Amino acid sequence: MLDMHEAGRAPATGTGNWALRVRNLRIELPQGGDIVDEVSFDIARGEVLGLVGESGSGKTTVGMALLAYARGGARITGGEIWINAAGGPVNILAHDGPALRRLRGAAVAYVPQDPASALNPALSLQTQLAEVLEAHEPGLSAAEKDRRIRESMDDVGLRGDAAFLARYPHQLSGGQQQRIGIAMAILLRPAVIVLDEPTTGLDVSTQNRILEVVRRLCDEHHIGALHVTHDLSVISAIADRMLVMYSGRVIELGSVADVFNRPHHPYSQALLSAVPELLSRSALVAVPGSPARPSERPPGCFFAPRCALAEGACQAAAPPLALCEPDHEVACHKAGAVATNAPMHLPDPDPVPARPVLDVAGLHVAYGRLKVLKGVSFSVHKGECLAIVGESGSGKSTLSRAIVGLVQGARPGLSFHGEALHPHARKRTTPQRQKIQYIFQSPFNSLNPRQTVASILGLVHDTFNRTGADERQRACIRALNLVGLPARTMNLFPDEMSGGERQRTSIARALLSNPEILVCDEVTSALDVSVQASIVNLLKRLMEEQGLTIVFVTHDLALVRNIAHRVLVLEHGVVAELGPVGQVIDHPAHPYAQELLHNARQGDLTLRVARQGEGG
Amino acid sequence: MVDMASPMDIPAERPKRAWAATLRTAFGYRRTRIGAAITLAILVIALAGPFLAPYEPSAFISKPFAKPGAEFWLGTDVRGRDVLSRLLYGGLAVVWMSVAAATIGMILGASVGMLAAYSRGWLAEVLMRVMDVFLALPTIILVLMVVSLLGPQKWLVVVLVGISHMPQVARVSQGVAADVAGRDFVLFAEALNVPRWKILLREILPNIMTPLLVEYGIRIVWSIAGIAALSVMGYGIQPPEADWGLLINENRGRLATRPLPVLAPAILIALFALGVNLMAEGLSATISGVARKTGAK
Repeated sequence: MLDMHEAGRAPATGTGNWALRVRNLRIELPQGGDIVDEVSFDIARGEVLGLVGESGSGKTTVGMALLAYARGGARITGGEIWINAAGGPVNILAHDGPALRRLRGAAVAYVPQDPASALNPALSLQTQLAEVLEAHEPGLSAAEKDRRIRESMDDVGLRGDAAFLARYPHQLSGGQQQRIGIAMAILLRPAVIVLDEPTTGLDVSTQNRILEVVRRLCDEHHIGALHVTHDLSVISAIADRMLVMYSGRVIELGSVADVFNRPHHPYSQALLSAVPELLSRSALVAVPGSPARPSERPPGCFFAPRCALAEGACQAAAPPLALCEPDHEVACHKAGAVATNAPMHLPDPDPVPARPVLDVAGLHVAYGRLKVLKGVSFSVHKGECLAIVGESGSGKSTLSRAIVGLVQGARPGLSFHGEALHPHARKRTTPQRQKIQYIFQSPFNSLNPRQTVASILGLVHDTFNRTGADERQRACIRALNLVGLPARTMNLFPDEMSGGERQRTSIARALLSNPEILVCDEVTSALDVSVQASIVNLLKRLMEEQGLTIVFVTHDLALVRNIAHRVLVLEHGVVAELGPVGQVIDHPAHPYAQELLHNARQGDLTLRVARQGEGG
Repeated sequence: MVDMASPMDIPAERPKRAWAATLRTAFGYRRTRIGAAITLAILVIALAGPFLAPYEPSAFISKPFAKPGAEFWLGTDVRGRDVLSRLLYGGLAVVWMSVAAATIGMILGASVGMLAAYSRGWLAEVLMRVMDVFLALPTIILVLMVVSLLGPQKWLVVVLVGISHMPQVARVSQGVAADVAGRDFVLFAEALNVPRWKILLREILPNIMTPLLVEYGIRIVWSIAGIAALSVMGYGIQPPEADWGLLINENRGRLATRPLPVLAPAILIALFALGVNLMAEGLSATISGVARKTGAK
């Protein structure tokens, strides 16, 4: 590690085993201030470096900077990015115009998060892949082009025959689209590829297959890869080394096994404690507060305000990145004091007494001719958390929306406390609407951006109560306090809050109507892992303190282990399995449940780390 | 930890700053500022003009088509009336009529568009198809026909021009409202059984206000052109009243030798349209962010 820094001072003139060297990268906002600064790291040939960080940490900004690109008015104002390209090392930041365009794609390539929007829907795969070759190697014969395209298709495990290549992007599955994205990136055999959350939004099994492809390609073709993600289990599955970013700085850099087993930065440690485990329930630890915006960063260490170990020195000066053990660097004054607490394991909860509040009996939902739910039956018991799991397309979201009466095309089949529930919310009685509340997946979409929190919450209060303004305000503030938000939140607009705060506001809005059942639809999937931990802890606390019953829809089985009493596995609109959480996750009986669990185990963080530890 | 402040700590209700911010950004563009200055100047002429005019607008004070001079700054018109005075009196009608017509068109069109976007299903189909039929009709001929039948009255012209805007406005608002109507906060309000009119006004309308504001500017521009054209053709304001459109019509016979009585009102109408248009453009650039990216001013 040290000699690499030596090399950094007299940048990369020799070729060697390195693929990428980034030195002192600085990216500034148009109004001044930096998004990212002092970022230096290396990637060896054939190595995958995982870049993790939460929203706003600057991880995507760094990823795009490797292509000498900055978004939204930001500018790369300092540093060097050396790529060990086929023609010799180049500093991509020293180029612009046609020279830069040649380097993009040929020396360093980019795989975007959403292949559906990155591929042109109007062009066939053949045309799009050929375009890449034509742009960079204009002289190529048609036969040679076909050969190169077939080779790349082979590489990513797709058929390279003419019939398949004649397809259009919409005729492919999400996983296939992402493979095309990768095929396009490696077509010119770049030295470095940047993968920006390429598996976000894909099912676990598809994700695992894509990660295998990336890993194999880097090994076979000696490509250095920067894999940007917020998902620690993805890092554990694919990366050799990992880099943790916080507020635009590198705070920890080391091998995946070292950082996972012995995190030396309090933030890395907190991130790891916030990840739920599949094999046993553990106490999820959330980091208090939220990261400061670039304009509001504190002096000294940026993490200090949220850090339990912070002391005078942390506020005084920013800690430099320094070795804490061989090949493991950390930027923390208190690095020696960070304890690697073993996660606190908890027993699975006892089942609650079988007192059904909500009965679902033979529920059918169809969108036109497409049958989404085909006779689903189960009961939700008072005070329990029932998790509904399944892959995308299993009908779990439809089921949750049917419970609150928000789907068209639902047939009757629901009853609440023995009374039939009309399929449509508008036709239900006021108490029924009041007692069953719904929390949406995306807190960025579920709050009206043109209303203050006071106005958003006020609507709910006024729907079920007739009181004066004072009582309305007191009720709203009570609800905000219940979810851990201060009273001054009342005057904020949604875009003035972080994702976690918005989701808390959403929960407060549901609590205002004093519900019995809270239907939570993937409520943490748009949130960072440390924020997810705080939301899960909040829901658990509400269950205990308020006696709430929760229907928790998710695709994340580790999360289920941490919150649910019972689990319902949904497969293509049919109940595949229903039972206590420990039983379903540890000993699934139904083949579909077994497959889901198998995939989840593969992706499970703790297992991976354990395996890496064994392997040396 | 979060601090649990008491209700006393809450500052007073703040203005809806989304609006203010948009306007502030819009006024950062030079075109918006120029547009606003022009529009303001025209409004001052139209509103304060009658108090500044040296003569009665319909008083015959000289021989027809007198040359401009110390006594009559812009000369006299076809009947020997002071052109400057008629100009100062003649702006009010075109200003209020075009703003009123655009307002009517916006209210009608936005209501239809939002209703169609929110209700979807057969009602949406019926509403939008009716709008398509409206769109297919040649508006100006329709207006001429109705005005010929019922007689040239200001309110009638305003209403007719307003209705002629409806289908365009409905299309625009349906497009932007459909986006908003599918969002989760609207679903949430439905799950609460919030009345539909309240969802339209509270949840949807505020979220489409900015594009509607741009459309409003465009509609005013079209109204100015339409209403001015109608009065040039003699279907709007009737003599002997003073009006910019009418002025053009009355004096066009001597355009070659005495251009001022025609050109002056024509320029004022064009400036008014230009000013409003520039403001609308500045606003629309703010929303789409186009100007920011291309560096246009």
